[in-house]
Order: sequence, then C-alpha cells, then structure tokens
Amino acid sequence: MTSTTLAAALPAEHRERLMRLAREVSFPAGARLFEEGRRAERFWIVRTGTVVLDVHVPGRRAAVVESLGHGELVGWSWHVPPYVWHLGAEALSPVRAWEFDAATVRELCARDAAFGRAVAEWVGRVVADRLRAARIRLLDLYGPCGSGSRP
Amino acid sequence: MTEVPLPYRVTRVHRETADTVTLALVPAGPAASAPFVPGQFAMVYAFGVGEIPVSVSRIGRRTLHHTVRSVGAVSAALCALRPGARVGLRGPFGTGWELGRAAGQDLLVVAGGIGLAPLRPLVLQALAARSRYGRLNLLVGARTPGDLLYARQLRSWTAQRALRHCAVTVDRSADGDGWWGHVGLVTALLKHAAFAPENTTAFLCGPEVMIRATARDLLHRGLPPRRVRVSLERNMRCATGHCGHCQLGGVLLCRDGPVIGWDRAEALCSVREL
Repeated sequence: MTSTTLAAALPAEHRERLMRLAREVSFPAGARLFEEGRRAERFWIVRTGTVVLDVHVPGRRAAVVESLGHGELVGWSWHVPPYVWHLGAEALSPVRAWEFDAATVRELCARDAAFGRAVAEWVGRVVADRLRAARIRLLDLYGPCGSGSRP
Repeated sequence: MTEVPLPYRVTRVHRETADTVTLALVPAGPAASAPFVPGQFAMVYAFGVGEIPVSVSRIGRRTLHHTVRSVGAVSAALCALRPGARVGLRGPFGTGWELGRAAGQDLLVVAGGIGLAPLRPLVLQALAARSRYGRLNLLVGARTPGDLLYARQLRSWTAQRALRHCAVTVDRSADGDGWWGHVGLVTALLKHAAFAPENTTAFLCGPEVMIRATARDLLHRGLPPRRVRVSLERNMRCATGHCGHCQLGGVLLCRDGPVIGWDRAEALCSVREL
C-alpha cells in the first residue's frame, strides 16, 4: 500500500492549485460530515483529529469501517458519478480540515487536463488503497483459522 | 538447545482474551541450557497431549512467558492449565530479532493479532536500552478490541514518551465495545509513524498476508529489504532441523528462522507451493 496523503500523492504544482480552492473548517467531536445516500457536494482533507467512516445499521450504533487522520482524504464519491455518498462520516474527535467544493474542483479538472489527471490519479490511489485494505480485512486473518482452514 | 523436554512449572496464568492466555513458567529442575532471546521459540509439551512451538513473549531472569492461543488439542490443553501444573519445554530454538544490529536506528515494530507475542520481548528490550536506538514506533493490529493482547501494557506504552509512536487499530469494532480508537488495517498506521526509512529497521510479525502487505509498503517507502525482519511460521515438529516439516524453500524455519530478513523471505513468500 502506498502513501495516499495529499502531500505524498499529488505533485506540488497541482497541490498548490487545489489548495487555492480550500477553506479552513473545524468540527466538534460527534459532528456529522456527511450521510449515506446524500449528494457528495464537498470533500475534506484532515489537518488534525480523526474522522470515522461508518455505515448505518438499524437498531445499533453506526458501524465504523475506517478511521482517517492527518493528511487523509475524506470522501471520494464526489469524484465518481453519481456523486452520492455510500458511507457516512463523523468527527471522532475535534477535527480541523481543509474543505473543498466538489463542483468547483470537478470543473477545474474538466478545464485543465493535467490537473484533472493528477487529481484522478490521487483519488484512484486512495480508492485502491482502501480497497486493498478492505480485501485483506475481509480475510479475517487474525481469526482462529487465519485465512481459513484447508479442505 | 535440548532434545528432551525439561520440566517447567506454571506459576501464573493470565487470561489475555477469550481464547488466549499467557503462561509464566519456571524450571522445576534444570533450566534450559541457553538463555532465550526475543524472537526465539520453545517446544512446549502438554503432558499426554502433545507438543507445539510457542514463541517466548517475555523473558525474565528465571521465568519464561509464553502466550498461547487455543486453536487445537495441544494449545487448548495448555490454555486450560492452572498455576502449579507442569509442562515440558525444549528450547531455545531458532533465530532472534537481532535488535542489537539496529543500534542507532529508528525502530518500527508492526504486529498483527497474536504476532504481538514474539515482538513484546523486543519492545521491552528496546525500552530497557532506550538511548541505544532512535525513534521507537509500535503499530498493532487486532481483529476486535476484545482480541487485543497485553491491553494494559499497550495502554502504558501508549502513554510513555519513550515510544515515539504507539498506535493500535482493529479490523472491526462492535456496538457497545467501547472502542474509540483506530479502525482499519495495520498498514494504515504507517502513514503516521515517525521514522527515517534510510535509517530504520522494521520488525514484523503476524499473518503472512499482513507481513507481505506491510513489507511491500516499507520497501516502497525506501527501507532496504534486509532491514525488514519478519517472523514466519510453518508446521514445526522436531525444531532441530531434521524432520523437514517447517521447510520453506531452502530454509528450515525452526533452525534458520523463524526470524529472517525480507531479502530472503520475499521470494519464498511469493511461491504458492511453499
């Protein structure tokens, strides 16, 4: 798995361009950043604190599937049609983050092919990294039989 | 090294999780002929049931600690022991972590599941000689919060400034388990660890898939393969390099391992037939 933090994954020139579109925001612990099924109109990069991605399960506390910390991208559904969140996100602790308007970034990606390719590569790396991690966790390797008993 | 099991007495049994205990053992007669070093293992014999390899999870002056997970007949028998019971013990066997070779470097310890057991004496050894090493990072992954080994010790290590970074993650947290920590794969914790790749030695132990994923990530970050030390596991029987059960390519893990460098392990771990 490779580093997918903004600083490591996006070349400096494109990073600076992206950061010109950022605005500083903060969330108290427990604040909901987005909800499953809603339009993905913004995204964030965590500066401090922890954001958890969760899935609503009726009758119980939302199930946390991943934690995100410093430098990590919160949300990628804003980059992929139909631009709808498939998870929820909540600030586990007080969070400071850079917030971006998804439509503005997408528009810039469409106007500037090099920038658009760099952003697509960055988001693609994030998705690939989380997919790989999810697949390994699916194996339940720490369980009693590791990756499964042999037939 | 001993061919015949020596009698050891169980002085303490500490239940770590629902299926895992740590046994404190002292010699009930002559002690093992050589001192254990972190990373090595013993063949622990449950009388009348059988013998299994168990890494040493803490090394005292007279006491050896072995952390055992109940997954089969022998391990279940060992987990059911009470203080005063006796076991047979052969060892020490295999290679150690060789922490001394990492003097002056940053240390990165990555453990998954019960893989924390062989790494615990390494962390304790590094903490006991703190000034010899650079930044000490400990990253631990577990299935659920309830499956975390040495929970009290982890909390204490997390609070210690001696560790530059101590982080724990779980694969899943359930409703009401009180977990407010990280959720995700242990490799996700690497992003926040503090180490200079060109001057770091990493020590990995856990499921082999986790080891492969972590080692690849570390190589991508610039660690040379020989400074990624991994502990591998195969079916060990004799522990003396004769029976061949633990053979992995040209390596007999009971004798040439379990701890080897990723420069040797990488090719072996990528062969399906092994």
